[in-house]
Amino acid sequence: MFELPSGAEIQGIIATLKASVGFFIPEIYLSLLFMLLIVIDLVAKGRKNNLLSITTLVGLAGSLFFIYQQHTMAAGEFFFGMYVLDEFALFFKYFFVVSGMLAVIVTMADEQFDTEVKSIGEYYALIVSMVIGMIMMASSADLLMIFLSMELVSFTAYILTGYFKRNARSSEAALKYLVYGAVSSGLMVYGFSLIYGLTAQTNLIKISSELATHGYDPLVMIFSTLLVLAGFGYKIGAVPFHFWSPDVYEGAPTPITAYLSVASKAAGIALLMRFFYIAVPHGGRPYEDILGIDWLSLLILISIASMIYGNVVALWQKNVKRLLAYSSIAHAGYLLLGIIVMDKLGTQATLFYLLSYFLMNFGAFHVVILIANKTGSENLDDYRGLGRRMPLAGAALTVFLISLVGLPPTFGFIGKLMIFSALLAKGSIYIWLALIGIMTSVISLYYYMLIPLNMYLRESTQHDDKEMSTGMPAQILMAVLMILTIYFGLFFAPLSDFAQYSSAMFGITLH
Amino acid sequence: MLSLIVFLPIIAGLIILAVPSSQKQIIRIVSLLAALAQGVLAVLIWRGYDPALPGITAGPGGSPLGSFQFVEKIPWISLHLGGFGSLNIEYFLGVDGISVTMVILTALISAIGVLSSWTIQKQVKGYFILYNLLASAMMGCFVALDFFLFYVFWEIMLLPMYFLIGIWGGPNREYAAIKFFLYTLFGSVFMLLVMIGLYFSVLDPVTGNHTFSLVAMATQSNYIKDAILGPDNVFWRYVAFIVLFIGFAIKVPMFPFHTWLPDAHVEAPTPISVILAGVLLKLGTYGMIRINFPLFPEVFQAGMYVIGIFGAINIIYGAFCALAQKDLKKMVAYSSISHMGYVLLGLSAGNSEGMVGALYQMFNHGTITAMLFLLVGVIYDRAHTRQIEKFGGLASYMPVYAAVVTVAWFASLGLPGLSGFISEAFVFVGAFSSVTTRYIAMVSVLGIVFGAAYLLWSLQRMFLGQRRQDAAYDLVVGEDGHEHIHFHDWNGKLDLDGRELAMLVPLVLITIFLGIYPMPVLGMITTSINKLVQVLSPVVMSQM
Repeated sequence: MFELPSGAEIQGIIATLKASVGFFIPEIYLSLLFMLLIVIDLVAKGRKNNLLSITTLVGLAGSLFFIYQQHTMAAGEFFFGMYVLDEFALFFKYFFVVSGMLAVIVTMADEQFDTEVKSIGEYYALIVSMVIGMIMMASSADLLMIFLSMELVSFTAYILTGYFKRNARSSEAALKYLVYGAVSSGLMVYGFSLIYGLTAQTNLIKISSELATHGYDPLVMIFSTLLVLAGFGYKIGAVPFHFWSPDVYEGAPTPITAYLSVASKAAGIALLMRFFYIAVPHGGRPYEDILGIDWLSLLILISIASMIYGNVVALWQKNVKRLLAYSSIAHAGYLLLGIIVMDKLGTQATLFYLLSYFLMNFGAFHVVILIANKTGSENLDDYRGLGRRMPLAGAALTVFLISLVGLPPTFGFIGKLMIFSALLAKGSIYIWLALIGIMTSVISLYYYMLIPLNMYLRESTQHDDKEMSTGMPAQILMAVLMILTIYFGLFFAPLSDFAQYSSAMFGITLH
Repeated sequence: MLSLIVFLPIIAGLIILAVPSSQKQIIRIVSLLAALAQGVLAVLIWRGYDPALPGITAGPGGSPLGSFQFVEKIPWISLHLGGFGSLNIEYFLGVDGISVTMVILTALISAIGVLSSWTIQKQVKGYFILYNLLASAMMGCFVALDFFLFYVFWEIMLLPMYFLIGIWGGPNREYAAIKFFLYTLFGSVFMLLVMIGLYFSVLDPVTGNHTFSLVAMATQSNYIKDAILGPDNVFWRYVAFIVLFIGFAIKVPMFPFHTWLPDAHVEAPTPISVILAGVLLKLGTYGMIRINFPLFPEVFQAGMYVIGIFGAINIIYGAFCALAQKDLKKMVAYSSISHMGYVLLGLSAGNSEGMVGALYQMFNHGTITAMLFLLVGVIYDRAHTRQIEKFGGLASYMPVYAAVVTVAWFASLGLPGLSGFISEAFVFVGAFSSVTTRYIAMVSVLGIVFGAAYLLWSLQRMFLGQRRQDAAYDLVVGEDGHEHIHFHDWNGKLDLDGRELAMLVPLVLITIFLGIYPMPVLGMITTSINKLVQVLSPVVMSQM
């Protein structure tokens, strides 16, 4: 039987909680924002929903201030080793908040929301709650916390995917997402339970030291790693856990597609890195004699499969959102390359690649939304002749796609350069991985170029050559994103330095 | 100076961006002015160039000064990489004898390309923006001495070229454009990996940091012995050489990577064909001279005869294919493949004569082939067909045109007194005097015979004799009682008009002048080529 804690113990617990709260301000702030949004929605029912979106935008921007303040705090664990504050977590906090803001802006630009839903309702509140969940994912230091935060993200994502209630595709996507999500969460929790069985610990660092001191059965370890990978792989949309993503990306409201493909993937990457770098050790003392190599070969397999499958299957897509979904599977593969390297340079490269992916993918989806506003379609065939009718949108989309291929002078090129540098810096062992990465990116050129091909090389089927304006704010955002994509392709030092600064986890730096 | 010559077209492109798209004439004039300004700068560079400085490797003390000229070296990106200190990318431009000839060629061909683009009517604004972007990137490639910068310029060329072929091209343009894009990207992505590998293998002797500088990479003592592409890693050095070579060979294009070229040429509009044949193909061989060979000299020594064999295949295979063509433009495209084979053959000789010949051939091929494509464009504009069999007896009706065609055709087949002869002669002298390539040269000589065959044959069929029954034009008797030619849908001048003469006459003059007195070009390149041969020679390597 459990014994009730003594008074002194309770005092101790309260003291720890009090001390920890100071490190938790951005999350508390965002939770308050979440509640505020619900209240506003209730009070202002029926009025213009711009109030909600502006509040969300300003609120999210405000949280950046609290996150910025955390830079001065010492890195470390709190809440009984449940939660961690380090440079790595800070990077992702910025990342998620800014991507949440972009999701809001993109939603405001999407005219489909005017027709598909009567009232925007709790939509923005859900976006904020997803931001909270993802921030917690990136800051978890404990298996329990990982599971809880991941479920928070997943549940909000299910609802947001199915937000167009009367749209059959949207509902279908939500259901598929839910079913796949439930299965992979189940598998992941089973993996966690095996790890707990091996070590009797849930904290990542404690698990790691337990494994190092007491050893383990390699078979059980590899099995549990595989199960855990199912959970993380589902989040990042890597092969073979990708089956949900084409349907969900196609069916979900486009802002949510953009948001999921960038932020949710990044959250999965953050968890994956933290879990595998810290909990399941590989190489180097004191883990030299541990068979940590197995998860690495698993990751290599997943990465190769994602790059090849994503890029090859995308070749046959006729729907732009679906095409970008397959491309995002391939990008998951490239991101994993940086993790496989397992050193500081690799971490830096992965974080940098995430930044570039963030910019170019959001940009691409933003243009897709603007085009859908005007043409009402996301089919490749309906992109014909758009280059002349929407010159800026066409140019911007071309830049984003070139960046996704990884051609200079764009952000995406530098991202690929960093990833491949990290691989080659290891000497000749990963050259073949780099070769696969580079060959698949040549394949990707073909399908990405299908979009400019339709926009510029083919004439519109309807003989209507009038220019279509997409509205000033949307044009400006598009132009800014396009210029940034090129600017960071030429002057990327600050971002790269930021990525390097952020590669420190738990105050430990890998080498 | 070099920055200006590189970025002038981009500046022009930005100006054009602000011009409303209905002002076609202003757009054309802005582009022409930029191209002419580029030409003036090229002349200044040519006049200011000191042929005594060698280039290729660093000068005394590891500094590029004293070896390269018009050097601009500014730190561009410096960032920290975990475990590898800092990543330094420099904005590093400079010319030596090899690049200066190419800079002049590029300026010349770019200007002629603008003139030739005057007839483009569709989406003029977009056309010239892309054209100027392409012109900047080409120039940038020839003057960049930092591998990273070179790579950026190299890749920037692809996208404008894709659109220029894809939007303004012929009926099958989609296929040709994506084929061009995929082929060249396939070649260049491997270059990216080699570039990264080289970065980790080379230390700048002055700063002690890793570097992308091609100048530092050209000195073998700057390599870290056990690094991935260091001297000890023989296997990976061979692999790196081969993939780099393939990357450049695709651009040349070398058999068996040549199939994109005829497609691209047939679909591309005339000015783009001119740029493609005149400058872009040279980038392949330039890349070999600047990067591939001096960075991996021992692999080059081992592979010389292979390069020579591929050169010979190019010469003969290209000529055979040209013989079989019915489309005049396709014939010229294959003749390009054949003539770039001479460049490869000259390079494979590995001696001064061969390499001087190769570089001179690059220059001459640029001017001569530009002429050929322009001439094809002239007849295509009028007759809307390029089928050789649809013409006959043109010489009597278009005498000026026929005269220029004769000069160009004879220059292409290497008639003495025209520039092509001198470069081909040098190539063969070099190839014969090298033991490794002697027999390859003997076989390659056949290429000249076949080259003469297809050129003379097409000349005869199109220009001599009588009008054919199914010709693409009619004959009408004019008021003066003489027979005149009449093209359907053509209201312009029948023979060459002023704009066409402005494009062709300079090229004709250059071809004749450099055929009689080649020293202006040879004088510039000889010192650098001698230095290159020295860098590549086995003696120097064994001393290390």
